[in-house]
Amino acid sequence: MMDFLKRTVGLWIPLLVVAGIAAYPLITGSDSNREAMFSILLAIALASSLNILLGYTGYVSFGHIVFFGIGGYAGLYVMTVLGWNIWFAVLLGATVAGLIAYLLGSAILRLRGGYFALATIGVNEAMRALTGNIDALGGPIGMDVNFSLYKPFGGPGGMLQFVFWSVVALTVLVIIISFVVKKSKFGLGLQAIREDEDAAEDMGVVAPRAKTWAYVLSAIIPGALGVLFFFKNGHIEPGEAFRLALSIEMIVWVMLGGIGTVLGPVVGAGLYQETRKLLLTNAYLKNIQLAVAGALLLAIVLFVPAGIVGWLRSRNARLRKVLE
Amino acid sequence: MILTVDHVTKRFGGLTAVDDVSVELEEGMILGLIGPNGAGKTTLFNCITGVYPPTSGSVVFRGKEIAGSKAYTVARMGLARTHQIVRPLNDLTVRENVIVGACYGRENLGLRDGAKVADEVLEFVGLASRTEELAGKLNVAQKKRLELARALAARPHMLLLDEVLAGLNTAEVTGMLDTIRAIREGGVTILMIEHIMHAVMNLSDRIIVLDYGKLIAEGAPEAVAQDERVIEAYLGDPDIIEEVTDVDAIEEDPT
Ligand SMILES: Nc1ncnc2c1ncn2[C@@H]1O[C@H](COP(=O)(O)OP(=O)(O)OP(=O)(O)O)[C@@H](O)[C@H]1O
Ligand SMILES: [Mg+2]
Repeated sequence: MMDFLKRTVGLWIPLLVVAGIAAYPLITGSDSNREAMFSILLAIALASSLNILLGYTGYVSFGHIVFFGIGGYAGLYVMTVLGWNIWFAVLLGATVAGLIAYLLGSAILRLRGGYFALATIGVNEAMRALTGNIDALGGPIGMDVNFSLYKPFGGPGGMLQFVFWSVVALTVLVIIISFVVKKSKFGLGLQAIREDEDAAEDMGVVAPRAKTWAYVLSAIIPGALGVLFFFKNGHIEPGEAFRLALSIEMIVWVMLGGIGTVLGPVVGAGLYQETRKLLLTNAYLKNIQLAVAGALLLAIVLFVPAGIVGWLRSRNARLRKVLE
Repeated sequence: MILTVDHVTKRFGGLTAVDDVSVELEEGMILGLIGPNGAGKTTLFNCITGVYPPTSGSVVFRGKEIAGSKAYTVARMGLARTHQIVRPLNDLTVRENVIVGACYGRENLGLRDGAKVADEVLEFVGLASRTEELAGKLNVAQKKRLELARALAARPHMLLLDEVLAGLNTAEVTGMLDTIRAIREGGVTILMIEHIMHAVMNLSDRIIVLDYGKLIAEGAPEAVAQDERVIEAYLGDPDIIEEVTDVDAIEEDPT
């Protein structure tokens, strides 16, 4: 038992942080706290997902938000048009995102370095243009969630509760996935690819297959989150679903906290979202939000490329044992 | 024959780096591959290990055609290599580096068994005291040993060593030579590229010589050392000529 705890301590720490964030609105009983924590949890889950690709394999997906948008569109379509319930819609969102990642991965993961990053932006922009031109998806106006869909939850209040706890569950899930992957043979292969893809292949790592599965794993939770987010939002449209700015923020979250670590995306997304609230209250800073994110990204890359958790790990051998 | 290289040619644009080379290796032997800088030695390795396909020709390993196969396919069949320019997985520990070799090599082990093999191999190559260090922190000699350890952890049928002795001091060379002999004792066939003549002459059962991509000599170490074309190929590098031609001196004084 002690042995198990010792081996998994790197999982319990991020899970405790998430539990704390989830419990905060419960303890304070405040709806506005719940909404604040919702946006932090969403960021953590998105960052942890991206980290499976970005952190473990070293492939920069600049347009990762595409899976969030795809999930949102798929989910809202089947709920509003076909009348599916939210559970199946979430499952479908995850599946469609994973499937598209699989197909895309097979095609564009052959590109190395900057070319892959560029391709992912292209994919995101293409999806934005595409959805804007499909009438069944509402074209540029998008789709609305009929209020009646909130009825099963006892109205909007209940729906907000439901979505909040679903996002908590998905956040926990993605953190567990990150940890299990990192500690697995598959994850070791991914990290070998990150360090030196050719050397990894020389040792027998089937890089194309491993990368594709990492991409799929990093896409499914964002797909599920997209369904929940836009269901709660009540509306989806191309510009909101495929917001490149959010994609760039996702990278900042991962890099700030610590690329390739399980705890890093949790810390990075949490800190960033908390700080961002301060920026948003200032009218001037609000407008330069993305510039701030860009400057921050630059500063991290230049001065602390390992991020907060990575830096802590490199400082101290004991920390290396507890912080994964 | 464990490996048959048959009329392999590799061109890079106008440059023919490997020119119609044929070689055969018997199981359990050590074959030395020598030749001046730029002769195409590493390129031949790359054609065998699937880094890139040969322009033409065939490579048969344990009865299977592998020319044009991917590097990972070849590795999994039990053909492991080291890199002339070391390629440690810097941010992983020494142990993790070797576990990659073990888990993705011929035996396709799980993590736990892979870790066991890694520890054995690290002990064997003399890196047991460095297992938890990050691979990027090792010195050159240790990185060379790490390359060897990763390749060995794959439990290969055959090992391609690309200048594992380069950059090592005399004591380290002696240590590495013992290690290579021990590997051969374990039944692994070895094809080794080496510039340090006395070492390759002493270790190898047979030697082949490449020059400008062409195979210019092949045979027992003593015979190759006397071969006129070999001596000519090394013209301009008198130290090496001395070493190549003076085999007796080598055997008396292995440093
Ligand atoms: N990927 C490549 N693209 C173009 N030319 C290459 C490539 N790899 C090798 N060459 C060229 O092929 C020739 C043979 O190179 P190779 O590295 O095989 O020589 P080598 O015998 O290993 O030399 P050394 O003893 O210096 O390691 C050289 O002229 C080299 O510049
Ligand atoms: Mg070479």
